[in-house]
Amino acid sequence: MSSYHDFSRRRVLRGLLGGSAVSVGLPLLDCYLNSNGNAFASGEALPVCFGTWFYGLGMNPGLWEPTKIGDKYDMRSCMAVLQPHRDQINVISGLTAHLEGGNPHATGARVVTTGETTPPSGAVAGLPSIDTLISDVIGKQTRFRSLEVACDGSARTSISQRSGSSINPAEVSPAAFYTRIFGPDFTDPNAADFKPDPRTMVEQSALSAVADQRRQFAKNLGAADRARVDEYFTSLRSVEKQLAIQLQKPAPMAACTIPAKGNDAEVGTDVTNAVANHKLFSALIAHALACGQTQVFNMAISGAASNLRRAGNTSTHHILSHEEVVDPVTGYQPNVTWFQERYMEAFRDLLVTLGSIREGDKTLLDRTLVYAMTDVSYGRNHSTKNFPVFTAGSAGGRVKTGLHIAGNGDTICRAGLTVQQIMGVRTGTWGTTLNQTSKPLSEMIA
Amino acid sequence: MKRFLHYLTIAGVAALPSAGYPGNTAEPAPGDAVAVTRRITEGQYRNIIADVFGTDITVGGRFEPDIRDQGLLGIGTSRVSISETGFEQYRDLALTVAAQVTDAQHRGSLIPCTPGSPKAWDDACATKFIQGAGRLLYRRPLDQAELATLVGIAQKSATQLNDFYAGVEVSLASMLVSPQFLFRKEAAVADPAHPGRARLDAYSRAARLSFFLWNTAPDNMLLTAAENGSLNTTAGLSKQVDRMIGSGRMSGGVRAFFADMLGFDEFSTLAKDPAIYPKYSFKAAMDVQEQTLRTITDHLLAQRGDYRDLFTTRKTFLTRSLGALYGVAVVDDVANGLPARWVPYEYAEGDPRAGILTHASFVSLHSHPGRSSPTLRGKAFRETFLCQRVPDPPVNVDFTVVQNTDNPIFKTARERLTAHRTSPTCAGCHKITDPIGLALENFDSAGGYRTLENGAPIDTSGELNGKPFADSVGLGRAIRDNPEAPNCLVTRIYSYAAGQTTKNGKDWIAYLQAGFAADGYRVPALMRRIAVSDAFYSVADTPVEETEQ
Repeated sequence: MSSYHDFSRRRVLRGLLGGSAVSVGLPLLDCYLNSNGNAFASGEALPVCFGTWFYGLGMNPGLWEPTKIGDKYDMRSCMAVLQPHRDQINVISGLTAHLEGGNPHATGARVVTTGETTPPSGAVAGLPSIDTLISDVIGKQTRFRSLEVACDGSARTSISQRSGSSINPAEVSPAAFYTRIFGPDFTDPNAADFKPDPRTMVEQSALSAVADQRRQFAKNLGAADRARVDEYFTSLRSVEKQLAIQLQKPAPMAACTIPAKGNDAEVGTDVTNAVANHKLFSALIAHALACGQTQVFNMAISGAASNLRRAGNTSTHHILSHEEVVDPVTGYQPNVTWFQERYMEAFRDLLVTLGSIREGDKTLLDRTLVYAMTDVSYGRNHSTKNFPVFTAGSAGGRVKTGLHIAGNGDTICRAGLTVQQIMGVRTGTWGTTLNQTSKPLSEMIA
Repeated sequence: MKRFLHYLTIAGVAALPSAGYPGNTAEPAPGDAVAVTRRITEGQYRNIIADVFGTDITVGGRFEPDIRDQGLLGIGTSRVSISETGFEQYRDLALTVAAQVTDAQHRGSLIPCTPGSPKAWDDACATKFIQGAGRLLYRRPLDQAELATLVGIAQKSATQLNDFYAGVEVSLASMLVSPQFLFRKEAAVADPAHPGRARLDAYSRAARLSFFLWNTAPDNMLLTAAENGSLNTTAGLSKQVDRMIGSGRMSGGVRAFFADMLGFDEFSTLAKDPAIYPKYSFKAAMDVQEQTLRTITDHLLAQRGDYRDLFTTRKTFLTRSLGALYGVAVVDDVANGLPARWVPYEYAEGDPRAGILTHASFVSLHSHPGRSSPTLRGKAFRETFLCQRVPDPPVNVDFTVVQNTDNPIFKTARERLTAHRTSPTCAGCHKITDPIGLALENFDSAGGYRTLENGAPIDTSGELNGKPFADSVGLGRAIRDNPEAPNCLVTRIYSYAAGQTTKNGKDWIAYLQAGFAADGYRVPALMRRIAVSDAFYSVADTPVEETEQ
């Protein structure tokens, strides 16, 4: 899927890094889009995109799992707002995150996002998260390997990690996020002329020189410290590559438009503001994908054990999940349910935004796969059985959608393994100990 | 050819026993201590930039969040790396700083020479600047290869951009994103005084000392002491330690330690519901930290006070606006005193606000956004001040056992939590947290004072290790007299300084604890005892001499 980029990259870099500082006109005509705008002129499809979408504290058991398995399933009350998008959504029920002690929220989230069951001995050990495994396959040729945002005001609310000592912090302000993507370093892929910035060239060359210090700096270090230093240099190389990409003329992207800069809602834990900022983030991520700036993103409406709150209420969603009295008529906690509905509305906003960007006869959502996940299946009792996860989008036809898939008590890592395989990660098993699996959810693989 | 020592970390080998030094048996070294590589913190980054380039250089941008490990970010710094997004952030910071240092406004004072032409390359001038700044940023002189690389970057950039200062700027930005700057990598050499053991080399010794006492990189005098070897002598080390402890900059080091131990980094994401606590603003959240840090530094440094009295002192500092949060009138006798000016304040004898536990910084940080939490406060109390570990709530707990759906209206936290303390699943932990936290129930989630909750009177009685008390003042006295409190501080402060805990250094910790008691629990004396001790710089790695490639 990325051979097109490989081709142009090599060509451009050979020209630029050979020492030429002048503006280079690149013969990229073969890379223009076809007349429909849904593929490159060569016939190669637009690249697939992957996103994770995290919400805290699960959903009410019995109110989200469809009763019918397979297609044309019934969208239940917790997810009712997603009904119009049902045919693009797969609901996956019946999967379990096996825990072996530890804080249930942290452990549940770790199993879902990294497949790692056993709590790490050190506070910050940990396996790579699913998005980084996928970005290693599809994210290397874009300006950003991935983009992370959190709507609860905390940069620490991020599932994206290379390891426990290298966690990609989330952006919390849509305005700052806008500047990062569409600020001075943005190159419009559809602009007629392109001139590499000589300043970027010298900065890239300077970073290269820092990268060359790797061997010297890693000397005399023990294994754990050497691994951390390696992570540092991996990150450095990634940013260096970002600069290299900025030095080449980007491929035209017909659907790319530069969004207007919105005003942040107050950044913090008020759920109304979180949903408003989520909407702004959704638009920015959609434009970033449409403009080829990244192919991987991670969004969190809340963290694990969501600390979002409703203005004027003395309790957070997490506190409510443990303390709110169950309504004797419905059998569920009314305020907790209210939060779940807000989260699903936010997810709906993301789908609407991705679906609104037309690329020929298809939409951006059609070449994207979003994996929606949570930390526990039911916050009230910390249950991690029957985990409420779902996917949206068909990843350029790689995913069969509109299905309810029942997991029969298997590990939740089956869902994670499935999306990795769909995205081209060459792995046959995923997860550790009880959560290890080699059984993808073949029902949804096209 | 330059020779240096290479050390192999003993991995997987049982930790060595505490090694007493021959000739100084009073000072047992922590046998498992190792040379560590720590990422510098945001505070350290800011301090270094201000020290090297001046306080008018703005450090704008975000930092990769630190990770707390075993109670301290100071230990977490030995565990973190830099992520991809994090590197992007450090690069932005570096570019911003480098642009300011070399701009027309600052270059005259910060670059120690003027190039022949601002558009042309000037090797001597660039070398002079890079050598000087590099020594302070890398915390040691640059070696030949490093200098050549950095000058090379500057030359290439200056030539391509036809701008001397742009070249220097790109080179400075490279230093600021380099691992030598962002990580404090400690190096060790054979310890001639203690065969079989190693010690930090002089520059690593200087850095450990400086970050511990001042929370910043070594200054010129300390680097000079490392360069001329005097820092490796007992007298030379003492001289530097005494100079540093006598300096006004000590408050920066003491503040950094306590801000870490008290978890003040959590204030950056602390939320209070404005509808419930309208006085608790972002400014108030900054002020409550400042109140506690001022109280601590005044008591420990200016007054040379006993650490334990921090839990009982009625003396503090308030601003007029903070007084409003607390509901006390702060009188500022300076004409036209601003609401934000800090003035000393002493609560009356018997007032429930005595000691740092009653400060809004403690009770608001360990609360929910809309209400207090005796459980969170009790947990924080035990973990922060007594170095105890309160377990997480169990997996798959059935909360229905603590939920009385027939009679949900518990008016006070004590009533609500009684169910937790009487249910066998929950009681184990809630019994050790709640009696402490309930003593602080007179303070709401924002730190305001109250005697009623939902119209019902608040009962603040409790007990610590069998010692009953009636209220927050009694709780403060109980921890003041608990020997585990100063012992915990010793453990924390050593771990903070060394970037690691010690498992087999019980003798070393006991030695420090006994010294702390003998010094009347004076924290600067404890810090001095650590800083002048050979054991603090002793590491267990086995040196293997190797010729540099």
